[in-house]
Amino acid sequence: MGMTMAEKIIAAAAGVKEVKAGDIHTVELDRLMSNDGTTHLTIDMYNQLKEPRIADVNKLVWIMDHNVPCDSVKTAASHKKMRDFAKEHSIRFYEGAGVCHQVMMENHVTSGELIFGADSHTCAYGAVGAFGTGVGCTDYLYAMVTGKSWLLVPETLRFHLKGKLSDGVYARDLILSIIGMIGANGANYMAMEFGGEGLKTLNMSDRIAVCNLCVEAGAKTALMEVDDITLSYLKAHGREPKHCFASDDDAVYAHVYEIDLSTIKPIVAKPHFVDSVVDAKECVGTHIDEAFLGSCNNGRIEDLRVGAELIQGRKVHPLVRFLVVPASAEVYRQALSEGIIDTFMEAGAIVMNPNCSVCWGSCQGVIGENDVLISTGTRNFKGRAGHKDSFVYLASAATVTASAIKGEIATADMI
Amino acid sequence: MENFSGKIWVLGDDIDTDIIIPTEYLALKTVNDMAPYAFSPLRPELAAQIKEGDILVAGKNFGCGSSREQAPEIIKALGVKAVIAKSFARIFFRNAINNGLLLIENDKLRDAVSEGDEITVTINETIEHKGIKYPITSLPQNLVEILEAGGLVKAMQKRNR
Repeated sequence: MGMTMAEKIIAAAAGVKEVKAGDIHTVELDRLMSNDGTTHLTIDMYNQLKEPRIADVNKLVWIMDHNVPCDSVKTAASHKKMRDFAKEHSIRFYEGAGVCHQVMMENHVTSGELIFGADSHTCAYGAVGAFGTGVGCTDYLYAMVTGKSWLLVPETLRFHLKGKLSDGVYARDLILSIIGMIGANGANYMAMEFGGEGLKTLNMSDRIAVCNLCVEAGAKTALMEVDDITLSYLKAHGREPKHCFASDDDAVYAHVYEIDLSTIKPIVAKPHFVDSVVDAKECVGTHIDEAFLGSCNNGRIEDLRVGAELIQGRKVHPLVRFLVVPASAEVYRQALSEGIIDTFMEAGAIVMNPNCSVCWGSCQGVIGENDVLISTGTRNFKGRAGHKDSFVYLASAATVTASAIKGEIATADMI
Repeated sequence: MENFSGKIWVLGDDIDTDIIIPTEYLALKTVNDMAPYAFSPLRPELAAQIKEGDILVAGKNFGCGSSREQAPEIIKALGVKAVIAKSFARIFFRNAINNGLLLIENDKLRDAVSEGDEITVTINETIEHKGIKYPITSLPQNLVEILEAGGLVKAMQKRNR
């Protein structure tokens, strides 16, 4: 019987020839990412163990991104704990380099790996055909100490892409449309696999945006077929693939969806659920107080270019705070060299250092009671970006920037 | 694990981790400090009303969102004996078991109960509500061991002994 990509990666990590959905296997992890959201908790638990040890320190990557630079005395204490532990144990450590998943994509992840990240959006790594999955700090600790964990082999939903996104429509609109179609738990416990001719029209930034958001449909992981685009991305970043797995023709899928990319339109996810999606046109005219362009989902150079092109020669609406937060230092420097940062500042945007920002309701830019935010972030849950009685709309970089200019939700074609 | 009875609190679908514990309270020092703010975006009064041994009954996709492990820890810290939902988001499911919080899936109970009702859980067999028994599946033995130890770290310590 044929296997899916997810099954092949788990089989390799479990050291067996064949696995099938529903089996439980003990697997060897290739990489373990943790950030300042929960690493202090992992360290506390580690220190409670009798004779604790790290199975293979070379697998660990620790990244500060959730509260960078530190914003309170309490956070400073948990940061110090993480920084000191990383130093003491010679753990690969980043601070100020960017949002964890972007830093991982730029520096570490490669095709065919099995990666645990103590962050739900770890499924982003599927963009290069790696099995990334989010875990809590206890699962992380277990993997850190033993090098292993157990995994239930997921069923796979296959998304067969054809055609090409229309001008003014982005990968972000695609994945929000898919989440709207299958629902916030439509892929619960499952892998979401993407392939087909249409995939070749999506660049690496698009692919990361799609995979990153799959957890909002409940997915355990997301996986994209490895192709020339993947291999040239890896090469440009000095890495080789570990395995280039593709699903077999007779692989068993829970369901196969055919998606014609040319039918996708600009989308907005309304408060307070990511699957609460509508045609962006239905939200036009909705009042906003703040706009956010950034996050591991949509803060790459490609996204900043979209925003900069729209706002060039225009101004941010006087009643709107427009936050621009590059996803990594690499992205920030590229944006500087292209004059993009200057364009945003000239327009009156607030450009900030790479971090998770208001996407998770911390760092700076938190919104107050009754405030409305339009965001390229990952979630729009009630209270996610600040006050419990505030509202978050999710949209593409183009829709967010257009809205920042208009002072109300607007699509790029209205600018 | 022993059978138990308790009073229930009823919640809806898609109870996400930011509702269970909003970001702004994650900087507090301990889960006990955070616990009073559990569910505050949705029901600010709820955390103070939950008593030791109570049970949460919810709709589909309970615990969706972030991997923050404080979410199940806080529910446990409130004294909640178990969460029964139509379905659980997968990261939350692992985190709950790893912290010794019992989760039970049942897709019928939620729509049959009212808040404040009493239910009785017979482990690996049924949930009883007003004379009606709802069958539940049994948990795999390795998960039972983790739950009985009070979580994965405690189970590891036990094994190492």
